[in-house]
Amino acid sequence: MAEPRIIIVGAGPSGTRAAQACVAAGIRPIVIDEGRRDGGQIYRRQPDNFTRPYAKLYGTEAGRAQALHETFDALKGAIDYRPETLVWNIAAGQVWTASGTAQEAIPFDALLLCTGATDRLMPVKGWNYAGTYSLGGSQVALKSQAVSIGHKVVFMGSGPLLYLVASQYVEAGADVAAVLDTAPFSARLKALPDLLAMPSVLWNGVALTQTLKRAGVTVQHGVTPVEIIGDVESGVGGVRFRTASGREDTIACDAVAMGHHLRPETQLADLARCAFAFDPLTRQWLPERDGDGRASVAGVYLAGDGAKILGARSAEASGRLAALAALADLGLPVDKGETASLRGDVANYAKFARGLAQAFPWPAQQAAALPDDAILCRCEGVTAGNLRAVMRETGAKEANRAKAFSRVGMGRCQGRYCGLAAAELIAAEADMPVEQVGRLRGQAPVKPLTISIGDE
Amino acid sequence: MSGASDVIIVGGGLMGSSAALFLRGHGLSVTLLETDLIGRQASGTNFGNVRRQGRGIHQLPLANRAIAIWRKSRELLGADVEYLQSGHIRVCYRERPELVGAMEDYAGKARLEGLDLELLSGNALRDKFPFFGPDVLAGSYSPTDGHANPRLAAPAFARAAQRLGAIVHENTKIIDAQKVGEDFIVTAADGRTFRAPILLVTAGAWGNALSSQFDEPVPIVPRGPNMSVTEPVPYAILPAVGVMTPVEEETVYFRQVARGNIVLGGSTRGPSFPDQYRAYVEPQNTLSQLKQIRRLAPQLGKLNIIRVWSGIEGYLPDSQPVMGPSATTSGLYYAFGFSGSGFQIGPGVGETMAEIIARGATDIPMAPYDIARFAQ
Repeated sequence: MAEPRIIIVGAGPSGTRAAQACVAAGIRPIVIDEGRRDGGQIYRRQPDNFTRPYAKLYGTEAGRAQALHETFDALKGAIDYRPETLVWNIAAGQVWTASGTAQEAIPFDALLLCTGATDRLMPVKGWNYAGTYSLGGSQVALKSQAVSIGHKVVFMGSGPLLYLVASQYVEAGADVAAVLDTAPFSARLKALPDLLAMPSVLWNGVALTQTLKRAGVTVQHGVTPVEIIGDVESGVGGVRFRTASGREDTIACDAVAMGHHLRPETQLADLARCAFAFDPLTRQWLPERDGDGRASVAGVYLAGDGAKILGARSAEASGRLAALAALADLGLPVDKGETASLRGDVANYAKFARGLAQAFPWPAQQAAALPDDAILCRCEGVTAGNLRAVMRETGAKEANRAKAFSRVGMGRCQGRYCGLAAAELIAAEADMPVEQVGRLRGQAPVKPLTISIGDE
Repeated sequence: MSGASDVIIVGGGLMGSSAALFLRGHGLSVTLLETDLIGRQASGTNFGNVRRQGRGIHQLPLANRAIAIWRKSRELLGADVEYLQSGHIRVCYRERPELVGAMEDYAGKARLEGLDLELLSGNALRDKFPFFGPDVLAGSYSPTDGHANPRLAAPAFARAAQRLGAIVHENTKIIDAQKVGEDFIVTAADGRTFRAPILLVTAGAWGNALSSQFDEPVPIVPRGPNMSVTEPVPYAILPAVGVMTPVEEETVYFRQVARGNIVLGGSTRGPSFPDQYRAYVEPQNTLSQLKQIRRLAPQLGKLNIIRVWSGIEGYLPDSQPVMGPSATTSGLYYAFGFSGSGFQIGPGVGETMAEIIARGATDIPMAPYDIARFAQ
């Protein structure tokens, strides 16, 4: 029998650990990654000629980052690694790749989707002004290029990344004007039992807030964002918000980093025709999988934050676990003891992640309260008022129907940035549960694809 | 019994929705039944060509009727379906010079039907349309054709019909239709039944499932259009553009919407799955489409596509629809199987079917569409 073909999409923590497990089993997997270097987003490696040390780049996670990078470097001779390559479609047991104008269709026996996450964003009036970034984007600027997104930055939203990136900016010497968290502090106390599943990570989080405190950064909890002040010419000029006590306040700044934790990149699972289910805690549609990562479609496996937001440590475990599941399904010997132990690890990470979701809840009510003149879909320039008017005129209440009539989610991001907020707005407007709005169907290409594809 | 009316229409695409509107204009009560949501398959996922040129000459009277409706669509529908009468240009390649003669022949016949076409080649063609590549030899330009937004059109017709009193039931999958005495009894999957003395089947790729119940099956094949769209760029390309060629893979077309995105279509069509209510774009068809687009307009190679899509279309072997009265059952009418070219004529089909049903006759030539042509 020919060696089974395993394709791993993504070279972050889950993809790297999946590749390692394949190589250990004597398989040479194909690892396809959009990035120029391995590491994914959280352990993103700096460009070749940059020399910042691990401790400076990754803080408390320096050891894990270094271990992961060293693992990947050691695997390079044993895997078919394809950086800067986009999987733009999946059909009939093949992935379709694009790299520059080169394209290829590669058949697989097992496909491991380790596609990672992007920011979950709640629109705020004015978020279309230049100088507004996602938390992840502002972290990329710092991690990859050692630059700040502005001279004076407000961090607004919620979730662990809010504190992590803000403190990374402080340590890099940037001027952080404020950290504005939409979650009330009490939510954290309620989440404590679950958060104690990983005491060391919890402690790291507490340490981040102390870094901010020592630097004299204003941190506010339970705020309601009102508006990013600015204009088309000069971009962001400040942030207007309501404090927990209901008082309106304004902070001047020239850049805003915003986000509410993360959302998985599930489009490839969608194109592979995996079934999805609604997750009430995070109010997101997630691809279904069994405890080891098997999707509803035979031969497709899901791991890491691309399947569900469980964090980088869980991604390493679930990447390995999914690879072991794939190897076992292909008839290769797998250590059952290790599988059981990894399942235990993932379950513990899941408990912690549940705690995070409770501590930093998604402020669905902000979508409902978005003023009519606020841009909702930035790609297509559709306002909240446009969408509400379309709903009134056409009766559209389903996500794809509302998209067809209003263009919300129809642009180059295909709703990855606005889709979750748009669903909340539709649900509020139609007075129905958000799961009844459904989810936007993913379409190829997953990211924009050049018309010159395949041109010799 | 869930409802009785003068006419039941099964199939809420552009044909059924526009027929509902025009039947209300004749004063008949109408119930429009749709399996899913109005205009979600062929009517909503096609290219959006509002193009008369290139249709069979026999179809031009119907196309002319339709163009009059498109022109007044904003007033008629109380909605903007993004109709632009910005022209249509159909070109042929240097390797097929014989097609220039075919274009001239077509233009002569079309002129007699009221469609004026201008033949362009060399500098005249490139001065007017500088985006064509070196392979393009000549073109036939129709200044009075154009394009519209298919996602918006059928739903706008259905809403207009509703405002005039038509009853529209979405999410109503019809599993059975029978004639009992003078009435048709139509049954939905959830058990609801609808009754009317007249039944109009506008069910697209699903049409054969109903015509077969009246002993007149048709050899319909479900396929799906191969569509893509680019990111928005400054609005510069006015006409819809297409290629005249006998080779399916070369048959591509594009148009730019006022917002700036360029919609690409054509090359090989994919399969579609009416039973699953899904159609997929096959990746190799996207690649062949983009290759042919580069040949037609090389500058477009600098853009990206941001999305592809397809839908469920019903094709008949002679590429002509089934349209007109049933050959077996009085009171039964059909308008389906438009074979990938029903969008432009859609409103004309609705108006014509309403006329046939309400008045018993029409001036539009209907012989090529007779369902009896498929009788064994």
